[in-house]
Amino acid sequence: MNSIEAEAGRLKALGESEPRLARDPVNEPMINNWVEALGDRNPAYPKFAPPAMVQVWTMYGLNGVRDADDPLGAMSKVLDAAGFTSVVATNCEQTYHRYLRPGEQLAVTTRLSDVVGPKRTALGEGWFVTTVSTWYVDDEPVAEMMFRVLKFRPPEPSGSVLRPLVNQDTEFFWQGTAKRELRIQRCPDCRRLRHPPGPFCPVCGSATPEYVLASGRGSIFSYVVHHHPPIPGKRLPVVIALVELEEGVRMLGELPDVPPDEVWIGQEVVVDWSRVDSELTLPVWRARHD
Amino acid sequence: MKTTMSTLPGKAAIAGIGATEFSKRSGRTELRLAVEAVRAALADAGLTASDVDGLVTFTMDTNSEIAVARELGIPRLSFFSRINFGGGAACATVQQAAMAVATGIAEVVVCYRAFNERSGHRFGRVSAAAAAAPTSNGIDASWSYPMGLGTPAADVAMFARRYQHVYGATSEDFGRVAVAGRRHAAVNPNAWFHGKPITLEDHQTSRWVVEPLHLLDCCQESDGGVALVVTSAQRAKDLPHPPAVIAAAAQGSGPDQFVMTSYYRDDLLGLPEMRIVGDQLWAQSGLRPGDIATAVLYDHFTPFVLVQLEELGFCGPGEAREFIAGGAIEMGGRLPVNTHGGQLGEAYIHGMNGIAEAVRQIRGTSCNQVGGPVLVTAGTGVPTSGLIVTGPGID
Repeated sequence: MNSIEAEAGRLKALGESEPRLARDPVNEPMINNWVEALGDRNPAYPKFAPPAMVQVWTMYGLNGVRDADDPLGAMSKVLDAAGFTSVVATNCEQTYHRYLRPGEQLAVTTRLSDVVGPKRTALGEGWFVTTVSTWYVDDEPVAEMMFRVLKFRPPEPSGSVLRPLVNQDTEFFWQGTAKRELRIQRCPDCRRLRHPPGPFCPVCGSATPEYVLASGRGSIFSYVVHHHPPIPGKRLPVVIALVELEEGVRMLGELPDVPPDEVWIGQEVVVDWSRVDSELTLPVWRARHD
Repeated sequence: MKTTMSTLPGKAAIAGIGATEFSKRSGRTELRLAVEAVRAALADAGLTASDVDGLVTFTMDTNSEIAVARELGIPRLSFFSRINFGGGAACATVQQAAMAVATGIAEVVVCYRAFNERSGHRFGRVSAAAAAAPTSNGIDASWSYPMGLGTPAADVAMFARRYQHVYGATSEDFGRVAVAGRRHAAVNPNAWFHGKPITLEDHQTSRWVVEPLHLLDCCQESDGGVALVVTSAQRAKDLPHPPAVIAAAAQGSGPDQFVMTSYYRDDLLGLPEMRIVGDQLWAQSGLRPGDIATAVLYDHFTPFVLVQLEELGFCGPGEAREFIAGGAIEMGGRLPVNTHGGQLGEAYIHGMNGIAEAVRQIRGTSCNQVGGPVLVTAGTGVPTSGLIVTGPGID
């Protein structure tokens, strides 16, 4: 048995962590905010709390510190030390025993259920860590959650990202990315948008192109999953998408957070930024869930 | 389409073909490979170095025309030219040679391409040099390389995924191209994969290179050289082999054209640059797709073989998968494709070995003999070129 398994066994044997009280009792203002944000118009709220809010009540808050006996925190430290420093949530299953009402005071406990590994995954070698949390009102269990994360060793990228060649025709784009602005060339005369840019408008011949700011929203027009050979500065496999912006032009970019088997043509994405260094910021794309 | 009466058809012919062995490690310089190939082609044509007055190659070739001429002892060159855009240059080198011959600028022009593409600089890798070229191509590359799209396989995979999505083509549909190529290569003693056919299952279980492309969707990487001797159809009649008459020769570049990343056109389903080539080939030769007996279609990656069949009019848009599944591209089929095994099976010599196969088909000396007329294409995804060669009987 290796040290990760030994430590996992020790943490499992500790069983449930000490109950941790929710910062506030279940309350109507928080319920109202939640249902408004999610667009849930169920008239039962806020007399009752939406069951899916259960985790909300016991969140640590912006400046919270994880409890010392929280088994996920403890197991993560063990795996971090062994080099499995990256994390991605893979499963979450919640069970609700009853509705909660404003005024009820929740507490949560968590136990370590399983640590399985090492597994070879598309993201890299890693361990699946499963915890089970139970929410109580006094001694009554009201909800449970199975939560599984993959703690993985990020594959080392080889070399550094290939840098764009920049000239007077294209510098506006890269100056934009440095400011986290996605700029699309526009012809001042015929208003045609164009990407990649160039010194003239190919439609009307205008020689003084300007640019507009893209909304940053688009959808995947096509994509690839690159396995081989190595790409400087990228961890493989990597998903590269051809994104059609809602303004109509297309643009290539990495999709860093979407597992390869969860990408699809038509998927809605939004731009984000990958800062390479002080001189280069690249646009990347993230799945949009709104 | 703009139609201009071309005076090129029938004026020139390929009278000699030559090649080195195809390997993974030639063990000698690219210049030596080039000169060996040219010598072999001249011997095949029954000509000598002093007959040569023109040389044409690719801009990517590392062997200067003057270096090749020096090694061969060519005393006098009056025509030398190079074609851009990687494998898209292949058939255009012959077009350049044919135009020079047809206009009397030169009498005997040799087209050559030689490299250690496997043991030396490998095109399948990410090319930092291409990404940083201080040219408009380098600026173009800045929209793909830094974003993580940086190999030819990845460039084609992006297209292939969209093609699958719209037309319902599958990985198996691509795989049948590889299976046919390897079946043809299996009986070609000069092919790297001589005696090594594959099954569709082999294709499906080969590892991913860039999804949706498996390893066996990608051509090999090869060391070697090929040369072709072009002279007037008249002179070719007096040389040892039946001439492969150039019935049509064309180049093509399409709207909003990029090198391998023409992703900004309205759709991502066709190769308009190849349609431009095809339209000229049909107009020049007076032939139609139904007249073509066999084709050599550029096969650096399988998906573009399907698209070429569509753009050249051998089947309708999106129908290539059914055309291929019906056995059309194999021996005995409607249009046997890449009878030498293609770049998937014989060797990757940037398309030039496919032109040599077209000549063998006209001569009747192919390992998978079909006959003419033969249509040949050059690199896909790039500005490209094409040829139709026929026997001397067709003018």
